[in-house]
Amino acid sequence: MMNASPSTSSVLLPQAPRLLTGKGWAAVLAAAITVALLVPLLNLVVPAGHALHLSDYAVGLIGKIMCYAICALAMDLIWGYTGILSLGHGLFFALGGYAMGMYLMRQIGRDGNYQSELPDFMVFLDWKALPWHWSFSDSFAFQMLMVLAVPGLLAFVFGFFAFRSRIKGVYFSIITQALTFAAMLLFFRNETGFGGNNGFTDFKRILGVPLAQPSTRMVLFVVTGLTLIGFFLLGRLIVTSKFGRVLQAIRDAESRVMFTGYDPLAFKLAIWVLSALMCGVAGALYVPQVGIINPGEMSAAASIEIAIWTAVGGRATLIGPIVGAFFVNGAKSWFTQAFPEFWLYFLGALFIAVTLWLPNGLVGLFTRPGGIVGLFRKSKT
Amino acid sequence: MLAGLCLLFAGRAQALTPEQARAIAAGDTDARVAALNAAAAKGEPGLAAFVQALLDDAVKLAPKQVLVIDGEKVLDAASGLPAPLPEDAEDVVNNNRMRGALQAALASLKLGSPELATRREAVAELAKQSLDESQLPLLDQALAAESDAGLKARLTLMRAALVIVNSPDKAKRLEAAQQLAGSGEGAVKSLILERLAAESDGEVKSALSQALAKIEARLAWGERLGLLFTGISLGSILLLVALGLAITYGLMGVINMAHGELMMVGAYATYVVQNLFKAYLPGAFDYYVLLAVPASFLAAAGVGAVLERSVIRWLYGRPLETLLATWGISLVLMQAVRSLFGAQNVPVENPAWLSGGVALMSNLTLPYNRVAIIGFAFAVLGGVALLIAKTRLGLFVRGVTQNRRMAACMGVNTARIDTYAFALGAGIAGLAGCALSQVGNVGPDLGQSYIVDSFMVVVLGGVGQLAGTVIAALGLGVLNKLLEGFAGAVLAKIMVLVFIVVFIQKRPQGLFAMKGRSAEA
Amino acid sequence: MTPELMEQGTRARLDHEALLAARQPGGSGGRTASFGRLLTEGRPDFGTGVALYLDDITVSFDGFKALNQLSLAINVGELRCIIGPNGAGKTTMMDVITGKTRPDEGTASFGQNIDLLRLRENEIAQIGIGRKFQKPTVYEQLTVFENLELALAADRRARASLFFRLSGAQLDRIAEVLQLIHLLPEAKAQAGLLSHGQKQWLEIGMLLMQDPKLLLLDEPVAGMTDEETERTAELFLSLEGQHSLVVVEHDMKFVDQLTQGRKKVTVLHEGSVLAEGLLAEVQANEKVVEVYLGR
Repeated sequence: MMNASPSTSSVLLPQAPRLLTGKGWAAVLAAAITVALLVPLLNLVVPAGHALHLSDYAVGLIGKIMCYAICALAMDLIWGYTGILSLGHGLFFALGGYAMGMYLMRQIGRDGNYQSELPDFMVFLDWKALPWHWSFSDSFAFQMLMVLAVPGLLAFVFGFFAFRSRIKGVYFSIITQALTFAAMLLFFRNETGFGGNNGFTDFKRILGVPLAQPSTRMVLFVVTGLTLIGFFLLGRLIVTSKFGRVLQAIRDAESRVMFTGYDPLAFKLAIWVLSALMCGVAGALYVPQVGIINPGEMSAAASIEIAIWTAVGGRATLIGPIVGAFFVNGAKSWFTQAFPEFWLYFLGALFIAVTLWLPNGLVGLFTRPGGIVGLFRKSKT
Repeated sequence: MLAGLCLLFAGRAQALTPEQARAIAAGDTDARVAALNAAAAKGEPGLAAFVQALLDDAVKLAPKQVLVIDGEKVLDAASGLPAPLPEDAEDVVNNNRMRGALQAALASLKLGSPELATRREAVAELAKQSLDESQLPLLDQALAAESDAGLKARLTLMRAALVIVNSPDKAKRLEAAQQLAGSGEGAVKSLILERLAAESDGEVKSALSQALAKIEARLAWGERLGLLFTGISLGSILLLVALGLAITYGLMGVINMAHGELMMVGAYATYVVQNLFKAYLPGAFDYYVLLAVPASFLAAAGVGAVLERSVIRWLYGRPLETLLATWGISLVLMQAVRSLFGAQNVPVENPAWLSGGVALMSNLTLPYNRVAIIGFAFAVLGGVALLIAKTRLGLFVRGVTQNRRMAACMGVNTARIDTYAFALGAGIAGLAGCALSQVGNVGPDLGQSYIVDSFMVVVLGGVGQLAGTVIAALGLGVLNKLLEGFAGAVLAKIMVLVFIVVFIQKRPQGLFAMKGRSAEA
Repeated sequence: MTPELMEQGTRARLDHEALLAARQPGGSGGRTASFGRLLTEGRPDFGTGVALYLDDITVSFDGFKALNQLSLAINVGELRCIIGPNGAGKTTMMDVITGKTRPDEGTASFGQNIDLLRLRENEIAQIGIGRKFQKPTVYEQLTVFENLELALAADRRARASLFFRLSGAQLDRIAEVLQLIHLLPEAKAQAGLLSHGQKQWLEIGMLLMQDPKLLLLDEPVAGMTDEETERTAELFLSLEGQHSLVVVEHDMKFVDQLTQGRKKVTVLHEGSVLAEGLLAEVQANEKVVEVYLGR
């Protein structure tokens, strides 16, 4: 039954996909140079008032959006590639942020309003000593460990129980939403010891260096940018490996994956925890740049926005979510200054438009077959 | 009021002596109170009118007379004859204690009234005051004359409360302690606790402790029933909220994140109806709710139908996308309401027949609006169940849900049925919003507070049968309230969530799942 | 080393192996008789010649009995066809064997020693039972090649898949299967774009990649053309002997091609076995005619 087709096999069989094409590596290098060299140059060296000067405000905004982009990247890994829509990833972001925030609060030292060793809000609540969960919070190393450990552990426990009982689809999404909602309620309480509804703010220093200095801000910016690029490369590593293909298989036909002998639990749990860690790191980088963290970051609305950045940019592309995060948050920044009442209309319309007409997102418009024309063709589910 | 009292006591001569009048109107408060109580105990005629005048700040002191200002006229307090108002007449000032004593005296005088209703009023008012020892004879007198059993019991308790504190006679105190055991009021409990600390005699003390135990038992029952009621009330609200969601998800597989906003539409429709009634039919204001119910149903159903036709129908079979699209719709709806009605809460009043409540026990009052909502929720449930089970529309909906292609082959217009079913779910959300407007605040973020809870009800109850939604809603409502008692609202919510996640481990499909072998996942 | 030479080498090796296998006496999977058997923990023991054994399996869904004391035995290397009307319980039976549904009563064992009822789906797949679904379930967004790669019988753990690299032998195996299922030209195409028949073939190919000892095939030729159906029959017949096959089908012509008048056919009805025997016997059976075949 074998056909005589001599020159077919190895020629047609695809090579193992590479981490990045030549063009891809060039783009990454360009991005790294922009982040690490060009931006510091334009902000710190080029004088204010010059046409090419990058204002402090712009640096802060871009830094903030880069943190969001990391979250969008994490969401792409679990939603775009594995098909798990989480409406509660803002929780991991906020937990990482709070861990960093605790350290920054301790760094205020005696320079707070009440001139006390304890953070202001504790003095206000008439507490006499640091509660147990604030132990070691003055150690940078320990708190950085907490940035990873707390979201990671929570994600592991939750994911283990959820995936083991085969909770899928919308039920899973709703439960993640309930989880972040409950956590938000918890953090709003003053008794929980995280600043209540005011959260943490008025930071002064990080690692002894004042936060308000432009050089500190620039360092944070560069670190954020390089972390984003690093996570992007990590994402490429994962999706080009067999692991990534199993994830996509789980997204497309989980039953087939099981009947082929894989246990989806291990794969889902691994990518779930990784995405939570990424969000935690993003939160930790976000807080010193923005200067505040409060339970509002844990709201369901914040988490759902992460999903829309990913969808707008283009799921399962890795670069799409980054584009989406910049697009949506850029629009938000513009709207809230120019036409604040219309921002929510725009955002709501964006949700609807993307699900109805742009299933492949902005990046898909330009890369998927059909290009812009594909926009006007009804796409298959 | 003054005129009314005058009428009530018409026929009685104004026979208050000038000395009595002066003693009550002037001097230091203690003496005045004593004089007042003495006069009241004697049941001096004309005292009631005088006391009322004092309360109305219509009494002035002249050097020789006490004068009462009655509208335009100036009368002498004792004789009731007109008298001139001297230039140097002083106003009578009553401090709070004096006012209290005046109120009590007035009430005790009313105790003598032949009307049961007046006497009841008087007893209720007296119960609010902290009574004085000098009023004891008054109470004894009223007790002796009282015929109504309920009032008698209350008077006994009041008297016992006085006795227990003031009487030097041990036997009397013992008797009072035993009488107090018949009460079920929190105020009496505090009194007993105070007295236990101060009491010296052992026998009386033990009698007091027994009384305390009995009262606490009664109060505990009140609390338990109160908790149960609040739990059922919350459960009935959750049921209303989750019913629409269960229908759209269970029947159509659509998770509607804008469900809360559809509720908000219903609540705002109620607000609009209320305002219309206020403007055009103020006389019938109490009936606005009857019109608001269908109005909110139709408004929400209309919005739901529009949504289904324009957005949701293109997303069937893609549940995660539906989630996101409906979230976007919810943002648009919330902002639209903010633009139309403002971002603040809007006031929606209960009509008179829904205000207030029925007091079953001293610490258990069931508000009428909550009772009405429980009834309403079950009425809606019944209506929906009938609609789905017995009507043609319900049959089509069930058919389309279970096998769309087959139903289409049978000639059912599946597109139209989808719209009807979604509109039905939305309409029920509107009804929930109408109900919520009667018990809570109405604002643009009304939907947000209940959406997570309603999702949990659907997840827990499963989507196979309406019974699942009912049991889950009531169960979660009661569970939530029970836990709140122990741990506070926030921790209770968290515990409920954890419970649901654990429960889902064992039964991922919820309490009642779709029957039969489901098609491959 | 040119591509053509590599290809020829592969083919030569396979032909040689086939020759060796043909030299073995038939019956117990090519092994010679021995008095001692090596049993490996976790591996099925086919010493008695029975590959799959179902005994009194009962499954009910809310009162409806999908399977009613079903008893069935498949021999090693056998090709068994299962026919029956819709609702007879054919797919439920496969669900039970592959671990998707737990029966209320009964036992199911793979070989002599593996109790299927205590294993999960992926474990059952790993010990050598492969299933093809009624509706072709392939990974639509991945290419044909990637679909087959995922089905490779290799380490199934998450960590291993992160650093996985295809070896030459594995690459050859994929090439071989691609040839077999006639999808070599479409190796780089997206699986979702294949025709229905091609998707069926791809799924069969994925099954073969797993190298299972027992193949469960649920309506494998549904929607295929006559030519494709014939090719499929050829493929299954070539697998017989080395693998055990259970084929559920409605297409009587296909069943005839498979059984070739020599093999047993089982008829299921209302959750239990109605009749069993050669196709001709079964087709003559009154009860079967009434229930399923029609006159």
